[in-house]
This record gives sequence, C-alpha cells and structure tokens, in this order.
Amino acid sequence: MTPRSSNHNRPILEVRDLHVSVGENEILEGMNLSVHLGEVHAVMGPNGSGKSTFTNVVAGRPGYTITKGDILFEGESILGMFPDERARKGIFLALQYPVELPGIRNREFLRTALEALREARGETKLAIREFNKFLEEKAKAMDFDPDLMKRNVNEGFSGGEKKRNEILQLSVLDPKLALLDETDSGLDIDALKVVANGVNAFRGQDKAIVLVTHYQRILNFIKPDYVHVLIEGRIVRSGGSDLAHELEAQGYEWLREPAEEAAESVGATGRPS
Amino acid sequence: MAAPKVISRTSTQEELASDYKWGFVTDIEADIPPKGLNEGVVRLISAKKGEPEWMTEWRLKAYRYWISEDYKEPRWSKVSFPPIDYQDIHYYAAPVKKEKGPESLDEVDPELVAAFNKLGIPLAEQKALTGVAVDAVFDSVSVATTYQKQLEDLGIIFGPISEAIQKHPELVKKYLGSVVPYSDNFYATLNSAVFSDGTFAYVPPGVRCPVELMTYFRMNSEGTGQFERTLIIADRGSYVSYLEGCTAPMRKTHQLHAAVVELIALDDAEIKYSTLQNWYPGDKDGKGGVYNFVTKRGKAAGKNSKISWTQVETGSAITWKYPSCILQGDNSVGEFYSVALCNNHQQADTGTKMIHMGKNTRSTIIAKGISAGQGQNTYRGLVKIMPTATGARNFTRCDSLLIGSKCGAHTVPYIEVRNPTAHMEHEATTSKVSDDQLFYLMQRGIKEEDAQYMIINGFCKGVFAELPFEFAMEASQLLKVSLEGTVG
Repeated sequence: MTPRSSNHNRPILEVRDLHVSVGENEILEGMNLSVHLGEVHAVMGPNGSGKSTFTNVVAGRPGYTITKGDILFEGESILGMFPDERARKGIFLALQYPVELPGIRNREFLRTALEALREARGETKLAIREFNKFLEEKAKAMDFDPDLMKRNVNEGFSGGEKKRNEILQLSVLDPKLALLDETDSGLDIDALKVVANGVNAFRGQDKAIVLVTHYQRILNFIKPDYVHVLIEGRIVRSGGSDLAHELEAQGYEWLREPAEEAAESVGATGRPS
Repeated sequence: MAAPKVISRTSTQEELASDYKWGFVTDIEADIPPKGLNEGVVRLISAKKGEPEWMTEWRLKAYRYWISEDYKEPRWSKVSFPPIDYQDIHYYAAPVKKEKGPESLDEVDPELVAAFNKLGIPLAEQKALTGVAVDAVFDSVSVATTYQKQLEDLGIIFGPISEAIQKHPELVKKYLGSVVPYSDNFYATLNSAVFSDGTFAYVPPGVRCPVELMTYFRMNSEGTGQFERTLIIADRGSYVSYLEGCTAPMRKTHQLHAAVVELIALDDAEIKYSTLQNWYPGDKDGKGGVYNFVTKRGKAAGKNSKISWTQVETGSAITWKYPSCILQGDNSVGEFYSVALCNNHQQADTGTKMIHMGKNTRSTIIAKGISAGQGQNTYRGLVKIMPTATGARNFTRCDSLLIGSKCGAHTVPYIEVRNPTAHMEHEATTSKVSDDQLFYLMQRGIKEEDAQYMIINGFCKGVFAELPFEFAMEASQLLKVSLEGTVG
C-alpha cells in the first residue's frame, strides 16, 4: 500500500483496483496508487509493464477500455470525463512521444491552452503583451530556445527539444498533478538536467508529480518521495527512493518472479493473494 | 487618423455582403421580369441598363451561341446534380432605385439597414454601401471618401461595369471577352448574354493602387440567377489588390451563379485577386444551396507581369471553378493559392490552369482541400508548357485533409509539357485529423471543437498567409463556422 503523507487526508489522485484492456489484452490488472499534494512518486517498471497505459488512462486518452476499478481526482471519479475536462481540473501529461502540430505555432498553442485553463480557473484573460512577457520568463528559466516559440509545435524539433517543450508547457500551464511519461527517455545528460530542473521548479506543497520511467537515472536529479514498481499491470513493490537504487543494481527480474507466482496462485486458489 | 486599408463597394444593391447566420431574406421591392430566357429578355436587360448598340450585339451573339443545338454544360467534372431548367430562372432583378441618393441612413430602406445589421456590417460601412452622403463625423468613412478622391486623382477607375460601359467604352470594348471569349464555355456564354452587373477596375500605367479594392456580392431574390461580370486591367507597371466577398441567403431551391472574371496585366504589372466565397451551401440533407459555376481567368499579357489568385471556398452546394493564368509575357508569373472546404453534401471540383507561353514563365500552385461530412472535394489542375515557353517552371502542391469517414478527396492533375527545358514539381498528400493530435491539444485543456479547428486552421495556414490581413481573419472565422458540428 502507498504510504500516506500526514499533511493531507484526501489523495489528489487515487487509483483503485484499476483494470485496463487494449483490444483483447489486459494491460493493467488491478493497479492501486494514492498520491497526495506535495509528493513525488516514481512508477518504475520494465517495458510493457503498463506504465504508459497508466498515465494515458489517467489523462483520458481514447483507445483504452477500463474493465474494472476507478480513478479519483480530488475525491471525484474522472472516468466519465473527456481529456480536456480532466486537463481543466488540473491534470497534465507530459507525453512520451510529443505530437507534431503542423501550422500551429508553439506560442499560439501555449496561449490557447493557457486561456482555456485560466477560464476554467475563473481567471481573467491575459493581454498578449502580458502573456509574451510571462512566456519569455518561463522559457528563459528553462533555457528554451526562443526561436522554437515561433515554430510549429514540435515540427522538426529534436527529441530533446520536444521533451523540453513538454516541460515548458508544464511550467506555463501550472497544473496540480503532473504525469511525466518517460520524459527522460532519449535525453543526453545535459538535456536531462534541464528537464529535471524544470520539474524541480514545478515541485511544491500544492503540486503532485507522478513520474514514470524505466531507468533510475532521472531520479538522481528528481528525488522521489515514493517509488513503486509496476510489473505486468500491478504494483508489486513500493518504497522510498532507495528502492530505485536497488532496482538499478538488481534489475526487475527479482521482482518479476513473485508477481508471476502470485498470478498463478490466484488462478490456483481462485482467490487473490 | 487610422486609415482603412480596404475600400469597398457592392456591385448592385441586391448584392450585399458577409453565415448562415448569413441566411435571411430581405424583402425589398425588386424589379423582376418574368422567368425564362429569350432574345427579348437579353434585349430587355441591355435596354434596362441603357447600353450602347455594340454591347447589345455582343450579348445577342453570346445568346445565339448559347442556344445552338449541341452546346451543352461541361460534363467532365466530378460533380453531380439534376438538370437545370434554364427557363425557370429570373435573369434580371435589380432593386427599384430611388431617383436621388439618400441623405442619411434614415432615408435608406429600413429592410436594407436591418439586413446590414444582421450581417454585422459596421454603421459607417453601411453608409458607404448604401451610397449615403457622408458627413465629417465618421472618420473612417470620410477617409474612404478621401480615398475615392485619391483613386480618381491617380486615374484609377473603380466602379460598376455598367457604368464603365457608359463612361469608358473604349476600355471595355478592348478588353471584355479578350481573356474569356463569349464562346469559352456554356456558363461563360450564358453570362455573356445576361450579365447583370459587376465590377470594373482600371489602374493606369505606373500606379500602385494604395488601397485594397473590394466588392461584396450577395444574391437575394428567390429563383434568381446571378451573373456578374468582373473586368480588371492593370496597365504597364501598375499594381492592384482586389478582394471579393460572396454570400447568399438560405433558399430551399438551388440558385445558379455563373460569373465571369477577366484579369489583364500588361508589362511589369501585378494583379492580386482574393476571394472569400461563402454562398449558401444547402442544408444538412443537401437541399438548396448555390451552384457556383464560375469562369475566372487572368492573362499575364506583358513581360514581367504577375497574376495571383487566392481563394477560400467554403460555400455553395457545388463549386465548379478554375481560376487560371495565361502566362503570355516573358518572365511572367502565375500563382494560385486555394482552400476549398466541403461539408455535408457539398461538392467542389476546383483548381487552376497555368498555361505557360512566354519564356522563363513561372507558376506556383498550392491547393488545400478539406472534406467533412459527405463532402466530395476534387482538385483538378492543368499545367501546360507550350513549345515557346523555354525555361518555364512550375511547382504544385496539393494537400487534402479528411474529417470523418464518409467524405472524399480526389486529385486530378494534368501536366502537358511541350518544351524540354521545363522544370516541373508536383507534391500531393492526403491526411486525416489524427486522434493523437486531437488528444494532445485536448490534454492541454482545449475543447475538442477548438482543437479540431486549430488543426484545420494550421493546415490552411500557407494559403491564409497570402490573404490580406483583415481577410485572413475573416477566412479563418468562416472556416470555423462552416465546420460547426463536424466534430465526432
């Protein structure tokens, strides 16, 4: 079970016995997770363990079937909400593969998104000049190439630039919950540091972060409060940040076997273990 | 003083501007002869306009050609519609004009003012459109008058073609039918016989027209065909940018629109022609709507001349239209930028023809087709390099975007090269609005409809960039309105 922060009673995100299928394949097989404000959780696991499925399902991406369980955000089930409604509630997903948007300038994209969120938060519209200044500051803090602001979203961006762009969006849109889906993959060490700095700047008592990764490396820069190991659609182990180091040293295999045994034992006894 | 960049007029009072929020009917006393077409009607139209003998004769020549036995509508385009009964159309309707121009808007037919208000035309512009004598209070309109004066001082002629026939017969006689002869095609011939009015513009040698010239066309009377005729001449070394806006009220029956536009650019002259076409497209089941069968052609007659067509076609039940360039002068340039949208049951067969005759002539074609609902969108384009066109170049790019699974996009390029030095490039893509793109935008808080619109707008960007700024905003808005309800 996820340890609870003593400061908050209600988790901002609560995943309850979540079962998710894509087509015939069951990807998540009873996942549980509670995240409170002020916390950083790392969900680690080998390829195909269901990490990306988890983040995408929380964000409401079409193409997944939820067969059982629930996802609560601020105590309310979000399963019936469209992705944009979830975003307006404060959920942000940094995509593993950011999408290219031909003909839509980065600046214009950020402004439209921010306006939609500000409207939902009951805030007034920013004048163009105010927005530009705000954006410039955010970009500067992230060492983001100002030229990329004038270009079409992610079009012709390098892998690193795309990931940076995701974190810039995080910083500009300022959600309550940030889901980072393998934001570290494909980054060299310098880009990784920039991205980590961006995430650390976002971190705070009124924010929550769930970081999904295959590798321990990014956790040297973003220190998680909790680490969970996801294998074959279930969290098989939770712990503190030292668990990540253990995984780095020993890989996932030592955790996999009990999971398989557990699955078998369910089949054998017909009762969850 | 903020100077307006656009100077606008309407071709006749019945033809006024700007959704279907545009769909309403103005009940203005109209002067309509009975339905049907015969020599008498042609003569009547000519007489109503007090035209000189040569003009009446030209119309009659066209009419006699039109009724010749084997002269038929073109059937090669990928559009389908039931046969048109040409005897069931009114060929002439002009609102009954008062003897004297009104002194203020109070004197203008209140129905007309109400119509303007529904269109969202600003008061100052309403005054300009209705020909109200303007006072000094309204800055922008005073400026417009200043510009009118400035145009005259520069020797620029801009007004109804009916007026030009009276006042500048030598120019009209010389150029009318010189690019689109009366025998060009079925619809152009019909237009030649019965055209009601239209716009005439002439820019004298060496003059750069300081403002955008603009005409709004609006169809009003039920069962009326609309046949306007536009003739624009840019004399040596001159430049003019002309904008055309179209709209028609909602009607249960189909309305025929058969216009002809002729452009002539002499040595070193440039004409930029932009169109926002938003004729009534018919309802969701395909009832009603305008048949837009239009012949538009420009002749880059002089050396180093340039003709550029930009069109945003969101309206009409059927669009059949190929704004073309005859690149006759050496080093002349032809351009065609197009966005054509087909939603519900709309059909569009549109594109361009670039006929290279002069040496080192260049042409660019950028065509963007958007299909939604059960819309069928065809790009049809001809690039023809004549033996004389040494060193000719063409670049063509056709992109199609599909929204939903019941619509279609078709690309029919014709390339004829008769000179081995020609350089031709052709690119074509077809794409769908991707779920990944939609999800990405929505994940950032943007509503689905807005997200979809952003993607489509992005697709059209290269063409919108060619429109004058005010028009680009309007085009983008028009696209949004035309796509309402296509999400899902």
